[in-house]
Amino acid sequence: MKEISVAEFFEKNKHILGYSNPAKSLVTCVKEAVDNSLDACEEAGILPDVFVRIVRVDKSVYRIIVEDNGPGIDKIYIPNVFGKLLYGSRFHSIKQTRGQQGLGISSAVLYAQLTTGKPATVVSKTPKQKAWKMKIAINTKKNEPEILSEEEIVWHRPHGTRIELEIVGSYVRERKQSVYEYIRQTSIVNPHARITFVEPDGKVHEFERVSNEMPKIPKEIKPHPHGIELGTLIAMLKSTKASNLKRFLKEEFVRVGDKTADEILKRSGFSGRENPRSLNRDQAERILKAFGEVQLLPPPTDCLSPIGSDLIVKSLMKEFKPEFVYAVTRRPKVYSGHPFLVEVGIAYGGNIKSDRVEVMRFANKIPLLYQQGGCALTKAVASVNWKSYGLQQSKNELPNAPVVVLVHLASTNIPYVSESKEAVASIPEIVEEVRLALQEVGRRLKDYLDRKQKLQRKRKKEDALAKLISLLAEKVCEVLEREPLNAEIVVARIMGKVYFERSFENGRVLLRVVNYSKARRRFRIYEMCDGSVNGDGEVVNSSPYSTIFWDLELRPDEEVIIEYECGRVINPKPVVEGLEEDIVSGAEVRRSSP
Amino acid sequence: MTPLESLLGIVEEIYEQMKDGRIPEIEITTRTKKNIEFKEDSEVWVYGDRKSIRSAKSVKGASQLLKMVYLIGFLKEQLKKGKSSTLREIYYISENWGIAKFNEQLESDRLIEDLEILTGFQRERFNVRPEEDGATVFGPIKIREKTRRGERTIHCQDDVGEGGYQIPTNVDNLEFLDCGADFVIAIETGGMRDRLVENGFDEKFNAIIVHLKGQPARSTRRLLKRLNSELNLPVVVFTDGDPWSYRIFASVAYGSIKSAHLSEYLATPSAKFVGIRPSDIVKFDLPSDKLTDEDVRALNSLLSDPRFGDDFWQKEIRLQLELGRKSEQQALAKYGLDYVTEVYLPERLTELGVL
Repeated sequence: MKEISVAEFFEKNKHILGYSNPAKSLVTCVKEAVDNSLDACEEAGILPDVFVRIVRVDKSVYRIIVEDNGPGIDKIYIPNVFGKLLYGSRFHSIKQTRGQQGLGISSAVLYAQLTTGKPATVVSKTPKQKAWKMKIAINTKKNEPEILSEEEIVWHRPHGTRIELEIVGSYVRERKQSVYEYIRQTSIVNPHARITFVEPDGKVHEFERVSNEMPKIPKEIKPHPHGIELGTLIAMLKSTKASNLKRFLKEEFVRVGDKTADEILKRSGFSGRENPRSLNRDQAERILKAFGEVQLLPPPTDCLSPIGSDLIVKSLMKEFKPEFVYAVTRRPKVYSGHPFLVEVGIAYGGNIKSDRVEVMRFANKIPLLYQQGGCALTKAVASVNWKSYGLQQSKNELPNAPVVVLVHLASTNIPYVSESKEAVASIPEIVEEVRLALQEVGRRLKDYLDRKQKLQRKRKKEDALAKLISLLAEKVCEVLEREPLNAEIVVARIMGKVYFERSFENGRVLLRVVNYSKARRRFRIYEMCDGSVNGDGEVVNSSPYSTIFWDLELRPDEEVIIEYECGRVINPKPVVEGLEEDIVSGAEVRRSSP
Repeated sequence: MTPLESLLGIVEEIYEQMKDGRIPEIEITTRTKKNIEFKEDSEVWVYGDRKSIRSAKSVKGASQLLKMVYLIGFLKEQLKKGKSSTLREIYYISENWGIAKFNEQLESDRLIEDLEILTGFQRERFNVRPEEDGATVFGPIKIREKTRRGERTIHCQDDVGEGGYQIPTNVDNLEFLDCGADFVIAIETGGMRDRLVENGFDEKFNAIIVHLKGQPARSTRRLLKRLNSELNLPVVVFTDGDPWSYRIFASVAYGSIKSAHLSEYLATPSAKFVGIRPSDIVKFDLPSDKLTDEDVRALNSLLSDPRFGDDFWQKEIRLQLELGRKSEQQALAKYGLDYVTEVYLPERLTELGVL
């Protein structure tokens, strides 16, 4: 591969690479480092523990520290990883990679150098080596790393990598486009990762993992002829080790066998014995054209690594504590020869209080924080008719509801709107899949909302009835000039509850239990007494109280009276375990311990 | 048992049920036309055996029972203090009852009727009075009325003005003294009643002219019953020709669906229907109006009303549905102001055997 000198390119194109303004630059630097950490841990099969800290050094100067528990980098490779741009480009192997954005961590090192003049400080340790601490700068003319210092140190980790950068930046908290939001969203789509984040003001945020399972490592596949670009093809031809053109086609591409290779060669006018490295641009173009004309099976899709609907649900639950959550992972599809899949999660209500929906977009598990309006994923969400799922919505706008929608697009080639890679382009196949996924979760949401409403109506009716009956009891006694009646048992009967009544007679306590519900009920009743207790239930003696409990099973309409002796009953009402609150009358429900 | 004891008995029943932990409910006679039956000996329509249950197991039922108890509570106080109230006042008083308040007067009226049926006492015994006026009477009859300020003796031609004698709410306080009449004619509209009085119909035919004032009050119906049963006077009813008017006739002659429990007391089974009949509209080519959708629905409802089950009514109602028209009694003026007293009524009354 040709080593392009992009240092000057960087200067001229900062905005595409994520360094257009100080606030964004800060986010980008953190992003590059964190992405690296997550990738490295995943490849080594280690559950990631990433530590991020931002320190304010000066008015507009910040120090970024990112440390992970990954496999570490071998000492000899450290300088190139951090001090050489485009090192490690991998277009020979196509799989869903996180680090498709930007130029990688070295761009952050370069940015730091250009804005504060300070080199990057890297500490890394592999299990087999000692820890090495290096200060690295980039020679921008030659695109080579410069080791300013290096030393072996004693480190607290058995393995891992740490990078420290000092940059000119701006730390914002309250916006969507902030380091905090980036880390938060990253933790949501990486449920196996634990991220600790310390803000400039010293506040610590722990984003715990919700899964101990490593995500499936996507299989590497070769590129598919239908998805290749000319530039990539040329580069592949130049760098291939294949001995002839025919072998090049068969070995370097997926879904190209003998017959297909022959057909391609025929259409493009080659024998197959040519030396691939000697092909010029025009010839490469002919091959590309032939690719397009040939019938091919779609690429295999096990090169993708979805998050998984279960984990999306867990993540959303942990982060938002909603009353309803659902996620769906669609089956892989293909667009222009590139495999992709869509995952969607939705969280509703509960602790989510805002009126406007929050859309979280992810491309290959990387949060997309910018250009929300111009992104196909956002547009897909707005294009769904959420009204039919029970949410308020103005036409073709995002719905107004306490909802969080998570959209994750996983692909070997994410189609971005622009080079800054912040918004997904509107590819019909992708948009369609996103819409279908949204509709799937929408339907589930509607089911939930319908059930909720039904339950609310039922509750309302029950409350109204209970009120009427107790008023009736009150008025009846008033008119007849008698002592007030207890209407609770009547209410319990009408509503089909399990009714509990405690009374006292001659020093004995009588517990009356009637099952007015339509099902057999099994439960336990507790009573707590001051002093000794005597009865045919099980007694647990602990000071200062004794607890006695009975296990009961009652058929519908069955009634039982329990008698026991007791000094003084402590609990105001009998405590019951094993029944839901809404079918109990006259007793307190105790939640069983998980 | 006194009315008060009887009312409290209802509440007692609910109390006992709740005390036992049972769901309170009251059984009450169903008051729809499906539960009206003809009683042979008194020839009136009374309630049958069907019962409805008001149970507190639904919000609706519980609400009804609650309102009933509140109402009884109110009546209890009223009776204790010797005060009385009108149906309308009761409806307004319920504003203070929170969720037990009545949504419309119809609701409280119905509840009072429920109490009449449950206790067997007329609402006047609970000191409840209706709003509407009873009839006016004009004709050769002398009546003695017990008023709060002493007795009054009134001759319904000599002692009254053009408007006639206004009967009181409690018609049982009247005594019939002299009567020179041969029959009673009960008239729906004020206009027609005035026509008869102006034309001297009462003198010419020895008739007592009673103005029903639309749907007759209980006092009016009671009066007609008494005139018929005590003085043996035939009663004829003269109304407009539309389904609402036929119902007016029915409440005089057959008993009403709402108060069928009082039919024997209020209905005059031998009362005859003069008109306007649908066949009259045809026969006399009367000016008429098109039936509205409501009219049609009402007519169809009458077809299944057991009180209108005989051939005469079935034929007339079907005829009217076919015609699609209705006429007022005053339409007879087409043939001149005196036509009704000179031709129509004499002819019809002769047909009916009254003249």
